[in-house]
Formats: sequence, C-alpha cells, structure tokens
Amino acid sequence: MAKAKEINAQIKSVKNTRKITRAMEMVAASKMRRAQERMRAARPYAEKIREVLGHLAQAHPEYRHPFLEAREVKRAGFLVVTTDRGLCGALNVNVLRKVVDKMHELHQQGIDADLGVYGNKGIAFMRRHGGHMVAELNGLGDRPNLADMIGPIRAMADAFRRGEVDVVYLVSSRFINTMVQRPALEQLLPVAKPEPTEAQKKEQWDYIYEPEARPVLDRLLERYVESVVYQAVIEHLACEQSARMVAMKNASDNAKRMVSDLQLAYNKARQAAITQEIAEISAGAAAV
Amino acid sequence: MTIDVQVVSAEGSIYEGAADMVVAPGEMGELGILPLHAPLLTGLRPGELRIKHGAETEYLFVNGGILEIQPHLVTVLADSAERATDIDEAKARAAKEAAEARLSQQLDGMDYAAAQAELLEQIARLKTVQKLREQGLLR
Repeated sequence: MAKAKEINAQIKSVKNTRKITRAMEMVAASKMRRAQERMRAARPYAEKIREVLGHLAQAHPEYRHPFLEAREVKRAGFLVVTTDRGLCGALNVNVLRKVVDKMHELHQQGIDADLGVYGNKGIAFMRRHGGHMVAELNGLGDRPNLADMIGPIRAMADAFRRGEVDVVYLVSSRFINTMVQRPALEQLLPVAKPEPTEAQKKEQWDYIYEPEARPVLDRLLERYVESVVYQAVIEHLACEQSARMVAMKNASDNAKRMVSDLQLAYNKARQAAITQEIAEISAGAAAV
Repeated sequence: MTIDVQVVSAEGSIYEGAADMVVAPGEMGELGILPLHAPLLTGLRPGELRIKHGAETEYLFVNGGILEIQPHLVTVLADSAERATDIDEAKARAAKEAAEARLSQQLDGMDYAAAQAELLEQIARLKTVQKLREQGLLR
C-alpha cells in the first residue's frame, strides 16, 4: 500500500497547484477584458495624432523640429516595455530577445545603447546582464495613466534632444489576438514621416501657427511621443493578461491530465496491493 | 455646409460628428471655427469647447491639448476632456480649494507650477459649469 499512498499524496499536491492556476486563469481573464477595452479606448487618440502628424509632413513648415530630423547614429536609446510579474508565458522573453538582438546588431557597428525599462522583469534582466539603464520604472499597476509612466519617456526624449542618443527604439508586445502576441520594435525618434505623394508635393501650403510654429510643434511632437509609448504600455498590459490567461489555462489542463494519469497509476497500485494480499492469504490457507 | 469635428483624449474618443460652428479655447484666445477655415495648429488652454450643430449645442470641457484645423475637419487632441454635463462640481470645487491651499504654502518651482496649473484647470471647469447654469441647461 505504500506506493498507493505516495501516489495519493502526489495527486493531492497536483490538485492544489491546479486550484491556484485555475484561479489565476480566471483573474487574468477578467483583467484581460478590461485591459483590452482600455487598449481600444486609447486607440483613437493615437490614430488622430498620427493623422495630424501626417498632415504636418505634407505642409512646409518653416521650422524643422529636431524630433523629425534623422541624423548619424552614434548611440542608440531603447524604451523596453515588460511586465512586473511573471507567469505569463514567453511574453517578456520575446521582447527581451528582440532588444538583445538589436543591441547586438548595433554593437557590431560600434553603437552602444542606453536603456529605459518598464517592468520588473526587464529591469532584473538588464541588471543581470549589465545593460546600461538610464531610466527604469516598475509598479505601474493595472490601469496606469500617462502621468505615471512619463519618467522614462522624458529621460529618453531629453537624451535625444541633447544629442546623447541619436535614435530611440520602442520595444513592446503587439496584441494580435488573445492567443497571439508578437514582440515589435519600432523607431520612436526621430519620428518617421510618411512620404508625401507627388500631388501633395506640388501643393504648397502651411499651417497658421498660434502663437508660433516652435512651441506648437514642440507640444505636438512631445504629445505624439508620449501617446505612442502610452499606447504601447496599455497594449502590453492587455498582452500580459492574455498571455497569462493562456499560460495558466495550459497549466490547468496539464494538471488535469496529470491527475488522471496519476489516478490510473493509483488504482493499479491499489489493485495490485489487494491482489497480492489475497494471494498471500490463499497461499497461507493452502499451506495450512 | 458643415465641418467634421473629432474630439479625442488619451482615454478615448469623446465626440465625433458634423458641426456648423466650433468654438474652442485656443492658447491666444477663443477661436470660432466655421467650415473652410484655413489650416491652423494651436495649443489649447483649459476651457469650454462648444460645438454648434443646427439648433443644438454640445458643451465639452477640455483640459488643454492641441487643436488642428483643416478646411473640412477640426481635430481636438485633448489632454483630457469630458462632457460639460458630466462635470462633478463639488469635486472640482474641492480640488480648486486644495490647489489654492497648496499655492499659499511656500513651494519651490515644480510644485508651484503644478499647483498653479491645477488651479487654472479647476477654475476653467467651474466656469464652464457656471455658464451652463446661466443658460438654464443645468438644474
């Protein structure tokens, strides 16, 4: 019976683990719905500001904003979005791999990188591997607003303005659907302008700026950069919850399968013990 | 002839539709925008945004942002925005008093500027409510 008892203990432990993963799955599912709603709500702003920027690219402003000017790259900046907590599948690993790949590629061209990192997972990773972090932020919670996450954005934008970095990349997860999240690397600064068409090139026009081009464009581009990062963080939160839900669902399913396998082994062991006992008794009786 | 209006903030789309005239609180003063306005780009200060369509007028409160005008399109990129009828007057008043209290203390640069911005925002908010009440649009 000793073997059956052991298996029974194991079944209990797997069942307990399953209870936890089930609970986490359900928590993630409800958080996911809200995170997705927030992600969708934030989209119109990002789209509109991009549209305005597109109009701006068609206009012929007399003032060229530094955020729009590409320059020779001597040092790169990265804004990396990761989660605070683990147990969400390969989400963070995928993002970090993308960062490391790009850093490696730049390093071979003699370009080093400064990092601004969101989330404990990314911070811990970069500390361990000696990435040069200029800004880090954790503990954003489930519904961050722009003011909460402004630190690293400011740090990177200022570094770009001062010429300490010549290009800034934003790496985060894209939400494709609940099952699929893809890591994405996009160039945040200098802002990539949509190429004007031939017809647009011929049409000469510019905005009236009130009070002046410079402060208005400063404000617009600052908002643009903030909104892109905000959108990325919000989207990453939706990714986190989806990834966690899927990971925990898989864990629960695995636990279920394991319990049924163990149950079978337990039944067999129990039956074997009974059979042996009967065999022993009848052998004893025959001997008498 | 009408002009399309879109009001969005980081938290979501607030208003979308056609209008005969839009009045916005521009940085340099109130702007009245009619269809076929010249392209214009300006900052917004906290204040009231009126969207007139036919006999109806929609009142929104925007807390700063950016305004873009194209001949057939007005885009308001608000830092935050709400419908004027949604303003919580008691909350706004409390926030205003808190900001005033903070201003009366000796603060250094950053805090002082933040408190001042907060105060201006709440004053603009309360003004919007006041105006609505005068016009009998609010109980």
